[in-house]
Amino acid sequence: MKYAYFPGCSAESTARDMHESTLVVSERLGIDLQEPRGWTCCGATAGHQTDPLLAASLPAATLVKVKDMGLDLVANCAACYNRLKMANHLVLTSPDMRRKVADAIGRDYDGSVKIRHFMEVLLDDVGLDTIQNTLQRTLKGLKVACYYGCLLVRPHEAMQFDDPENPTSLDRLVRTLGAETLDWPHKVECCGGGLSMTRTDVVIRLTESILSMAKLAGADCIAVSCPMCQINLDMRQLDIQKQLGKRYDMPIVYVTQLIGLCLGISADKLGFNKLMVPASTVIEAVGDAA
Amino acid sequence: MAIIVTQEKATDGILREVQATSGVDLSVCYQCKKCTSGCPVAAMVKAPPSEIIRRLQLNAGDEILDSELLWTCLSCETCSARCPMGIDLAAVMDALRRLALDRKASKQQGNVPLFNRVFLETVRLFGRTYDMLMIAAYKVGTLKLLNDTEKFPAMLKKRKIALFPTLEADRKTVRRIFKKAKQNRGT
Ligand code: SF4
Ligand code: SF4
Repeated sequence: MKYAYFPGCSAESTARDMHESTLVVSERLGIDLQEPRGWTCCGATAGHQTDPLLAASLPAATLVKVKDMGLDLVANCAACYNRLKMANHLVLTSPDMRRKVADAIGRDYDGSVKIRHFMEVLLDDVGLDTIQNTLQRTLKGLKVACYYGCLLVRPHEAMQFDDPENPTSLDRLVRTLGAETLDWPHKVECCGGGLSMTRTDVVIRLTESILSMAKLAGADCIAVSCPMCQINLDMRQLDIQKQLGKRYDMPIVYVTQLIGLCLGISADKLGFNKLMVPASTVIEAVGDAA
Repeated sequence: MAIIVTQEKATDGILREVQATSGVDLSVCYQCKKCTSGCPVAAMVKAPPSEIIRRLQLNAGDEILDSELLWTCLSCETCSARCPMGIDLAAVMDALRRLALDRKASKQQGNVPLFNRVFLETVRLFGRTYDMLMIAAYKVGTLKLLNDTEKFPAMLKKRKIALFPTLEADRKTVRRIFKKAKQNRGT
């Protein structure tokens, strides 16, 4: 299984843990990930809030490179996944936009590169059975609230990822690891990640509501697959404690970290030491597979 | 919500401009308020998404560009996903923000436009984001030098902030994109 892989800018900073755990898990599961040479930023929220041509052209600059590789493109960051897919959507639905993008990046791009989320690769190409058969350890007894956020599932028209109101991809992966997944209402609520720096006032309220709901549901941790959600839910717990006097100590872990633990990979290699809220409850829950 | 439309405003509404920029037809909104019910920030602003749409239908003028929602909106797309009439409100919000930037609407809320500018400028320079420069420029711009700084040592230690920018990105193409986008905006 060979794919082009778009790490996203945060893989080099705030989400090294996501990036590193994705790489080691892929290696174990026989997934070959190749970074397109010279890949560039997708433009994220700032791009589409500022200029439609920037929003379409920045991802297209990388997509046209991937087209030359002849591979599907795998993204793990929900924001990158969203912007890459939106760029495809934009050039596919608007000939005028396609023309303008071609002029901006200096080459015609037809919107044909298939973009997959890493979870889709795990579910559809590797398969839950194979994953289960490869597991050396289990997370039996661990209660996990699976959090998808917004960018992975919306807009559904362009993302086509799972069910937009009640997705289950992450839940199915986590259950394969032996853990229990919880029914809770905040799976696709927005955590405000995009405004984390600028409107901390808003973001503290949003993250607090998600954390309190997960706690109420009895979660030992929240599993995520988006670096913006991860850093926001993880880091803002300190502010919530300071400003609202509420302490959650809720570990926010990447699904790739959970899978890695069950593949017998050490917590250090999976970047557990990079989490702000320590995930010792998660690491201690690891048991021998039956 | 009571909306008063004066004769004067009715003549210079920006509905047509918003519809042209966003490609969205707002006439089909029947004020069911499903967008507002799902909007995570509706309770934090004076005029929630459905009210913005209503005001636009009633020919609101440039004053709508001062709405708090413009720079509180998270671009989470919940409104667009749930509108029974298929109105892409998130695209309308993008259009309003762009118009506000073009007109340099004075009462922009918070520092989102500044952050977006700094973010994109780092991308223009390096082809990828570079947190150190971005955070520094943003902090100097807002003079909020102390916010979040207590987290820096921990983040640096955990290598959650890269010390140096990458030199591996295709900066040439990215600069070309920024140049073309600027020409396209006609600024
Ligand atoms: S959900 Fe759609 S139809 Fe209902 S108020 Fe909002 S924009 Fe109008
Ligand atoms: S995209 Fe903006 S307006 Fe729409 S629901 Fe999200 S925060 Fe509210």
